[in-house]
Amino acid sequence: MSSLDSPLSPGQLQLAGQLANGLNRDQALWLSGYFSGIAREGSATAAPAAKRKLTVLYGSESGNAEKLAGTMAKAAEKEGFKASISSMRDAKPAALAKAENLLVVVSTWGEGDPPDAAVAYYEAFMSDAMPKLAGVKFSVCGLGDTSYEHFCKMGKDFDARLAALGAERVHDRADCDVDFQATFDAWLKGTLAAFPGAVAAPDPVAPAVAGSSSSASSHGHGEYTKENPYTSELLEKILLNGTGSSKEVYHLELSLEGSGLVYEPGDALGILPVNRASMVDEVLAATGLSANAKLGDKTLVEALLHDFDITTLQPAIVDKYNAVAQNAALQQLLDEAGRPTLKAWVDGRQLIDLLEEYPCKTWTPESFTGALRKLAPRLYSIASSLRKHEDQVHLTVAAVRYHTHGRDRTGVCSCYLADEVNAGDPLKVYFHHNNNFRLPADDNIPVIMIGPGTGIAPFRAFVEERAARSAKGKNWLFFGDQHFSYDFLYQLEWLDYLESGLLTELSLAFSRDQKEKIYVQHRILERGEEIYRWMEEGAHLYVCGDASRMAKDVQQALMDVIAVHGGKSPEEAKAYLEAMRKSKRYQRDVY
Amino acid sequence: MAKSANEGIKDASNYLRGTILDGLADAATGSLSKDDQQLTKFHGIYQQDDRDLRKERRAKKLEPAYSFMIRVRVPGGVSTPGQWLEMDRIALEHANGALKLTTRQAFQFHGVIKSNLKKTIYEINQSLFDTLAACGDVNRNVMCNPNPLQSKVHGEVLQLATAISNHLSPRTGAYHEIWLDDGSGEKVKVTYDPPLIDDIADPEEPIYGKHYLPRKFKVVVAVPPSNDVDIFAHDLGFIAILEGDDKVVGYNVTVGGGMGMTHGNEETFPRLADVMGFCTAEQALTVAEAVVRVQRDHGNREVRANARLKYTIERMGLDAFRAEVEKLCGFTLEKPREFHFEDNGDRYGWIEDHLGNWHFTLYVENGRVYDTKDYPLLTGLREIAKVHTGDFRLTANQNLIIANISPEQKPKIAALLGEFGMLAAHERSAMRLSSMACVALPTCGLALAESQRYLPDLISGIEEVLEEAGLRHDAITIRMTGCPNGCARPYIAEIGFVGKAPGKYNLYLGGGHAGERLSKLYAPSIKGDDAPKILKPILLDYAKSREEGESFGDYVVRAGYVKETKDGRDFHKDIVERLLPV
Repeated sequence: MSSLDSPLSPGQLQLAGQLANGLNRDQALWLSGYFSGIAREGSATAAPAAKRKLTVLYGSESGNAEKLAGTMAKAAEKEGFKASISSMRDAKPAALAKAENLLVVVSTWGEGDPPDAAVAYYEAFMSDAMPKLAGVKFSVCGLGDTSYEHFCKMGKDFDARLAALGAERVHDRADCDVDFQATFDAWLKGTLAAFPGAVAAPDPVAPAVAGSSSSASSHGHGEYTKENPYTSELLEKILLNGTGSSKEVYHLELSLEGSGLVYEPGDALGILPVNRASMVDEVLAATGLSANAKLGDKTLVEALLHDFDITTLQPAIVDKYNAVAQNAALQQLLDEAGRPTLKAWVDGRQLIDLLEEYPCKTWTPESFTGALRKLAPRLYSIASSLRKHEDQVHLTVAAVRYHTHGRDRTGVCSCYLADEVNAGDPLKVYFHHNNNFRLPADDNIPVIMIGPGTGIAPFRAFVEERAARSAKGKNWLFFGDQHFSYDFLYQLEWLDYLESGLLTELSLAFSRDQKEKIYVQHRILERGEEIYRWMEEGAHLYVCGDASRMAKDVQQALMDVIAVHGGKSPEEAKAYLEAMRKSKRYQRDVY
Repeated sequence: MAKSANEGIKDASNYLRGTILDGLADAATGSLSKDDQQLTKFHGIYQQDDRDLRKERRAKKLEPAYSFMIRVRVPGGVSTPGQWLEMDRIALEHANGALKLTTRQAFQFHGVIKSNLKKTIYEINQSLFDTLAACGDVNRNVMCNPNPLQSKVHGEVLQLATAISNHLSPRTGAYHEIWLDDGSGEKVKVTYDPPLIDDIADPEEPIYGKHYLPRKFKVVVAVPPSNDVDIFAHDLGFIAILEGDDKVVGYNVTVGGGMGMTHGNEETFPRLADVMGFCTAEQALTVAEAVVRVQRDHGNREVRANARLKYTIERMGLDAFRAEVEKLCGFTLEKPREFHFEDNGDRYGWIEDHLGNWHFTLYVENGRVYDTKDYPLLTGLREIAKVHTGDFRLTANQNLIIANISPEQKPKIAALLGEFGMLAAHERSAMRLSSMACVALPTCGLALAESQRYLPDLISGIEEVLEEAGLRHDAITIRMTGCPNGCARPYIAEIGFVGKAPGKYNLYLGGGHAGERLSKLYAPSIKGDDAPKILKPILLDYAKSREEGESFGDYVVRAGYVKETKDGRDFHKDIVERLLPV
């Protein structure tokens, strides 16, 4: 080992030399990763000289900026940077805070507008929500057309805004006209030279443990439970259905930053809802109780909002209710003979119907809440992979709304999410781990995912995970909903996965785009031969979504496929699927 | 220089097939591949998306709301009542409920989604119209003057228009393969059934060759004194020369007109056609083919913005171009005959022809036939089509003639026109009746600004000035397009607006009242809403100082508001910067 340029003391150098003697390649690699780990923890005095990171951010309409971004990254690599390219189409502006050296190339359209794909990025970037960018070094190249009034406005905006956020401009902005090459070349050369000296150095090799999550941390995830939930910030809420749809499905992004919480694709997130204030008011009015009445150390209204289920109606609740209410007519229904009538009556009704039809004037806060159940959390299949979305968890939630017995009804938790919370609001959550809905450990195994409607959620997580792991196995997704034009949940993402080849097959069934109803099970039957071939290749099969009809119909379709294409009797087909289930190759998450 | 990208697409397309069939079968997207989107134009189909919804849909992780515009070829603009009823049905069942009458006498449907595309094209063909070559680098719909007064002349020019349309139709079997295959193995009957080339061992388009034309190609036939088809705005035109009242002895041939240009590129410009010579009626089809062939071989295939015939003629010179045409024809063209155009507008309301039949020209604002609560135009025309025994004629000004109404039928048709509010449709300012706008936002991918959704409001603003100036009955042509490509022929309007950016337009003045002179840029990038203020002093001045019979276009040139544009090459020259009254 040479002492040249070494930061080690002579003694350390000697020790290192002794250690290095006789190491085989694997041992050396492991050690290099070990030391680099120490270096990153900040406990070592100096890190081996690593390549400087450089981010190329582009916003492109016609493809020019995208192409130039590629050129920039290549040129930067040559100068010894470790360059990564980021598109305004899918990057988050806040991520700029982590950039060290930043090159931006962006075009201007129409009346000084950003490229279509960069509109959302631009708006977020210009908003007050942007973090400070102190420590970021940057230079901007704008593309434009001098025949338009707002020539290179985007380049100018990004340049000024980056500086205003505290980033350091290392080289003046270039404003390129239609024939941009010369201006661009000069700018690129100048700007790369202007960044603090680039050092070409070998990549440190970090020991990677296969299967571990990128943000796995040691303090575990066992701390938060439904009794002790984690308070997460809702980062984003998007209604996924297009204008014209009769569906209402939300995409929710929640922050886990700083929580140390981790999850795996296939897990669910528990959410503690808050009852609708208007429903609490109705209940209070029907009982004649005062909102400010005390219940323990809370007011009654607080307790009804957060602690008790004031919606669900079941015969058991009627039992408890009438123990206090002592309503004679109701008692008749509770008697043996009246039970069937009672069951029919509660169907489609809620607690408020009971309160109003069989009123009782003798409630106390204690007696009333004593008849109620605790407000239960709701579980939603997680729609994201931590590997793709660090410190975030995403959900896909359909708002439940219907009209029965003269009243509009709303799902407690889904409409709490749909109507009551917005980006920035806190949500009480915990993780529900589900080891019975897991991707194959072996990334080469093909997977077939069947998830119509919000059943798509875990498969978004699965596909993100497979992409992040660079899994080689084939992926086939079945999705269905009402209308192609409005209800194709996460369409742009699936199109990207199709284009990149990660998604091998995408089979779609939109039930209301033609006279005859077409569902996913019909597509399964149509593609039976290939599905059976995949099964024979060892594919894992997953079904998520509606339990009452879809999951049954799909299971029947799968057995038909096995029977027809495997040349089996119905009993043999059933046994085949059962065997798949036992070996965890057929997993379901249905509700 | 390398050939333009579109040339490569045509080359690889196997005579316009591309991968359109695969694209139609791909259920994951409402779009076709980029290259196929170029090829479908040759089939009369443009992929578009609702630009109003782009931002919202991107946020929802949905692709743009893609749909398709379908243009129906209607040679000479003549439709039977039965065909009208089919167009009406298709508009309601597969499109957005509106039937658009275009500036080139075609029908247009908007908002047809991919999964309905094949069915729609199939049904259009069942009605004995087709969409082949309604767009693309080929000869498109052939227009002719709908002339209800001279039925014999109209018969002859319509025959020529139809013959040119048929003769210049592509012969590829792609159209039939993709759209008309109903699985039965039988070919569906189309309006015109030219021999297809795919049965030949070594297929070659007989007129177009493998690469079709360098750019779109538009043919019209005019009957003076009406220049309603705007003959000088088209690549190839035939001006009927009459002997007496009703005998067509031949045609003056015009070449090299075209509207489209690109903002900021002075190498592109609108140009009026030259009168190249005279041919007999029998020679006209041969001349048409020869002009197409010369353009096919001499047109610019490197720079698409300079590929239209107008640039070929600028480059070659008219004499050399004529010589090439004559060489292919095997005869020489005679000297042009005398002709005179009076205007390029339509005459609204009832007229009676020399046979005693009646014709009603209906004003259709921007060619949009659709129902509103107050004016159920689509329904009204459907009711008329159910009883009408004559025909319908689409005009080049996006209006509609209900033609050949027998004296016995007239009361019935008149009653329906009255019932649905159509009798009074043309009781508007003469400027509004002389207005024209293209589709633009939200569906046209080229639009930089609003057009048909905006021009009616803008005219309302100008009408206040017209009232003050006493010009309510003066037919001043006013046209608007959302981009510089010029679908509504704005550069030959007396007042022209061309979109530059949302809400902003270039204002052009001084086009010829009969479409015989190009206009000149008066003010760049004005706010559309400022136009009444900007035009007010000029209109007041015109009302006060014009000479007897002097058109607005002529006046603004004489009074020096704009310099005269004598030649397309000078379109961008002699532009005066001025302070505007805003």
